[in-house]
Amino acid sequence: MANNTQKNILRAAEKRILVLDGAMGTMIQEHKLEEQAYRGDAFANWHCDVKGNNDLLALTQPEIIYNIHCAYLEAGADIIETNTFNATTIAMADYDMEAQSKDINLAAAKLARKACDAYTAKTPDKPRYVAGVLGPTNRTASISPDVNDPGKRNVTFDELVVAYVESTEALLDGGADLILIETIFDTLNAKAAIFAVETVFDKRHARVPVMISGTITDASGRTLSGQTAEAFYYSMRHVTPVSIGLNCALGPDLLRQYVEEISNVAECLVSAHPNAGLPNEFGEYDMEAEEMAAHIKEWAESGLVNIVGGCCGSTPEHIRAMVDAVAGISPRKIPHFEPRMRLSGLEPFVH
Amino acid sequence: MTAEFSTFINIGERTNVTGSAMFKRLILNAEYEKALDVARQQVENGAQVIDINMDEAMLDSVEAMRTFLNLIASEPDISRVPIMIDSSKWEVIEAGLKCVQGKAIVNSISLKEGKEQFVRQATLIKRYGAATVVMAFDETGQADTKERKVEICQRSYKVLTEEVGFLPEDIIFDPNIFAVATGIDEHNNYAVDFIEATKIIRETCPYAHISGGLSNISFSFRGNNPVREAMHSVFLYHAIRAGMDMGIVNAGQLEVYDEIPEELRVAVEDVILNRKEDATERLLELAPKYQGDGKAAAVEDLSWREQPVTKRLEHALVKGITDFIIEDTEEARLEAERPLHVIEGPLMDGMNVVGDLFGEGKMFLPQVVKSARVMKKAVAHLQPYIEAEKSGESSSNGKILMATVKGDVHDIGKNIVGVVLQCNNFEVIDLGVMVPCATILQVAKEENVDMIGLSGLITPSLDEMVHVAKEMERLGFELPLLIGGATTSKAHTAVKIEQNYHAPVAYVPNASRAVGVCQKLISPESRKVFAAALSEDYEKVRAQHARKQPRSRPVTLEAARANAYQPDFSVAPVKPAKPGVTPVSADLATLRRYIDWTPFFLTWSLAGKYPRILKDEVVGEQAKALFEDANTMLDEIIADRSLEAKGVLGLFPANRVGDDIEIYTDDSRTAILGVSHHLRQQTLKDKFANYCLADFIAEKSSGIADYIGAFAVTGGIGEDALAATYQRKGDDYNAIMVKAVADRLAEAFAEYLHERVRKEFWGFAPDENLDNEALIREKYQGIRPAPGYAACPEHTEKQLIWDLLDAEAHTTMKLTESFAMWPGAAVSGWYFSHPESRYFAVAKIQRDQLEDYAQRKGWSIQEAEKWLAPNLSD
Repeated sequence: MANNTQKNILRAAEKRILVLDGAMGTMIQEHKLEEQAYRGDAFANWHCDVKGNNDLLALTQPEIIYNIHCAYLEAGADIIETNTFNATTIAMADYDMEAQSKDINLAAAKLARKACDAYTAKTPDKPRYVAGVLGPTNRTASISPDVNDPGKRNVTFDELVVAYVESTEALLDGGADLILIETIFDTLNAKAAIFAVETVFDKRHARVPVMISGTITDASGRTLSGQTAEAFYYSMRHVTPVSIGLNCALGPDLLRQYVEEISNVAECLVSAHPNAGLPNEFGEYDMEAEEMAAHIKEWAESGLVNIVGGCCGSTPEHIRAMVDAVAGISPRKIPHFEPRMRLSGLEPFVH
Repeated sequence: MTAEFSTFINIGERTNVTGSAMFKRLILNAEYEKALDVARQQVENGAQVIDINMDEAMLDSVEAMRTFLNLIASEPDISRVPIMIDSSKWEVIEAGLKCVQGKAIVNSISLKEGKEQFVRQATLIKRYGAATVVMAFDETGQADTKERKVEICQRSYKVLTEEVGFLPEDIIFDPNIFAVATGIDEHNNYAVDFIEATKIIRETCPYAHISGGLSNISFSFRGNNPVREAMHSVFLYHAIRAGMDMGIVNAGQLEVYDEIPEELRVAVEDVILNRKEDATERLLELAPKYQGDGKAAAVEDLSWREQPVTKRLEHALVKGITDFIIEDTEEARLEAERPLHVIEGPLMDGMNVVGDLFGEGKMFLPQVVKSARVMKKAVAHLQPYIEAEKSGESSSNGKILMATVKGDVHDIGKNIVGVVLQCNNFEVIDLGVMVPCATILQVAKEENVDMIGLSGLITPSLDEMVHVAKEMERLGFELPLLIGGATTSKAHTAVKIEQNYHAPVAYVPNASRAVGVCQKLISPESRKVFAAALSEDYEKVRAQHARKQPRSRPVTLEAARANAYQPDFSVAPVKPAKPGVTPVSADLATLRRYIDWTPFFLTWSLAGKYPRILKDEVVGEQAKALFEDANTMLDEIIADRSLEAKGVLGLFPANRVGDDIEIYTDDSRTAILGVSHHLRQQTLKDKFANYCLADFIAEKSSGIADYIGAFAVTGGIGEDALAATYQRKGDDYNAIMVKAVADRLAEAFAEYLHERVRKEFWGFAPDENLDNEALIREKYQGIRPAPGYAACPEHTEKQLIWDLLDAEAHTTMKLTESFAMWPGAAVSGWYFSHPESRYFAVAKIQRDQLEDYAQRKGWSIQEAEKWLAPNLSD
């Protein structure tokens, strides 16, 4: 089972803190694209509105996506995330575009691959990686959509597996170096994603590294589905991820304690890509690059993290500031623990 | 306990349809809310993992597993712990794995069906992200010897870690616990085989765990709990030291190793460790001596009399023995400096032991009440000496005022709580039943109490409790308020009571909770913390409640009426053989045969169906003792006629008009004697009708001559006086027992009378021949719904029954202003004869029906809202 990427990433991560890219959506917003731009030529006659379908842009506005990737690589990012946050068949159903899911994942992975290859060619000693993104979808396998019927579900584990298998196949076909399951607010969705990824690995007789990133939704310190950060890690640990971490929902100030919680128990790399603060009353994120970088620097100095980056509201400017901030700081050391059975419900249970 | 023991994981086992009859019934009846309560209780009681098993032939086990796990996912207080998905069917396990976000344990897989399947299942379990139990079972069968256990586990370990890539720490071996001392020589070494295999497996399979189902070991001593418990403890003692670190264990079936009598422990150890050839015979010989602790032991074994007096007092309190209490108390008094010191010293120490044991679930309610009886006797003996000394100060935990609210006469539960509190050194001022709000508050002030506890059984009492809370707020009270009784609930307390009063309001679900709640509320420090937690909890309940919509959608009254039940009236209703009003009496000896004992045990917080409960592994001994005491009391009551049963019934021509039933003076059906008003189900029904009791009576316009019956019976004339006699003697146990027995007699009377009505007075089923079990299960034709209960929930309709029957004149039974019946041991209701008539619950009604009902009753909307409150959506 050749998995050189994993070895290479781990080797690089021993020496320095790696940097992920920042927000995709925020960068797309700046282009102020209208309905026609989203449709492009290929979907000029599509039967419903597609404005806001950012993932579709991989097909209709490939230069914009490519340029955003390049801007992050230029800023110094080591790992670029494909623009596929909502590209599963399940999320694409909002635009009746289930059938396009595969093409979007494939095209998005190719764009990121092309950008990475271009920058790696410039400085071959610093290889860049494409992280094929599996988003959470807009449905939850362990939370009822109907408060009056707590046993109800609007998506099943099996349906999620089918969707994630298709996305994973296309992302790998498009050249993704690794898979990033991110913005996990319902752990059961992510377990389905892991099941799908493992199924694909099995079929291909080849593994790629898997990064896991959950979302602590608020100050309760829990995911939307109710797990603590540590319990969340135990639910994800069976995929032997190259990294586990947290992203989105909170700014770095509020996220720190939960990153620390994970850092204390994770037997793999730890990642964090917070939002640029919390949205203001206009829905904009206004934590400046310098301020965000200062937080990230403190995390790095405290030995909490191995991989850092940005989520909503962050820009190439933020990433550049981060790259500078963590340069020369030794990364977190992966701890070794006595093997214990690490179970979880909403809370961790170690025996 | 030792460090090893603290690292032993106890797996909750009650959510298992193969192991718990109650859970099975709840799941079969799709009563998932109650099934969730079972899971919740386990977690609250400290289960670190809960085992869920739906393997039952009558169930779609896959669907049941999925449904239950999805529901658990919405209950954070349950889903905080890991789940053990337990099934012998792979498809059930897989369905379960697809529903849990946490890392679960699968129970179980094995090499039974061959290596290929084992590898396939293990690979999938790993991919789903779970740990697994592996049974010591292979292609040739279940491992019984040490060698086989070790061999299969080692082989499984090798396959799992080397071929599947399973983490060794995620493997839990179950090397099979089998029964010993069965009389079959080959079984004698089973425990040793397990223990020795455990040791080798732990040594040779690093990081793997060992688990097992404990109760198997003692299977041959079913019915003898002391011996079983000793066997469990001894087995665990050795197995844990060998490396067993998990287990499905009923904590109630475990004696503390150190507290097993030496003689028994040695005998059990000989059996478990297979140390002597005749170990089984010797344990069998010894076993009867330990069968049934408490009474029997006291008679046989008076060795405790040799102990020092403080120990004797403790023993008497724990075991509830009154025989020597006066002489022991006197001895302690002579030794003590002051008589008060006897109470504060040895007696309170003994009661603390009782309190602790009860808190830990090692004593049951009837035992605690007996302990209180002993305590009261001791205190009564000391009282004159204390008063002679004239030192008034005593050091109680706190003073609690308790009362059943105005309009309600039910007090069994309140009395039990009172006794339990007294056992825990609270001073209880019990104002009795039907206590007006003003009296409660006045006494609370005069006596300077620390908190107030309100109790009630009928639904109108809920409103009265709200009223008391509002009054306390208005008058500036700061005292905590406790709410308890059969119709009260956490939801009602949170939504209706707590918001009306700023000081802490605590819902106390049962007597065993009362002490904890009171202790937390009594100290100012813990009170703050507890009160904050309470209000947070209630806030959550309110939020949940606000979100909760009726599961089925409401329909308009018009639509509900259009979907009324239409029974077949092609056979003319039977005309009553004896129409009009007939007073009846019954002798208690007859009624005794009609008693349904199951609810009696529930009164005492012993759950289980009679007669099976008498042999229950956990509460059987207590149930048996309680049953004997009840029968002794029945013997006495029957002999000295201290209770009397009286009743009256009436059978009348009647026809339905809308949702009302017109009751006529005679068969000319011209003059109306009274109108009985009924409520109709008002939720959307797919397969069923929207039932209303009136549906079971032929419509007036049909011209069919139909009839209805009414009855009122009591088994409790004299109960208050008799209970008071016991109370004066300081015997709370029997004071409560009188009322519990009288309640049963009233229900038995209703059953007995109904049978006579069917066969004789009305005569629509003259040839019926049913035994008591069939009667309890309502196998007969027709129903007897009681106002205030599900099918006719509105209490004021009892007044019509009283008027029709002239019930007070015939029976001396009265109605209170809340329409509770006095004496409390009473039943009243209607008789419907139609073969298709059935019980149902009206449940929530809508505004249109409220208005319609108000108009029919001649009430204002406000009045209707008051009486129908429990049935209104809020």
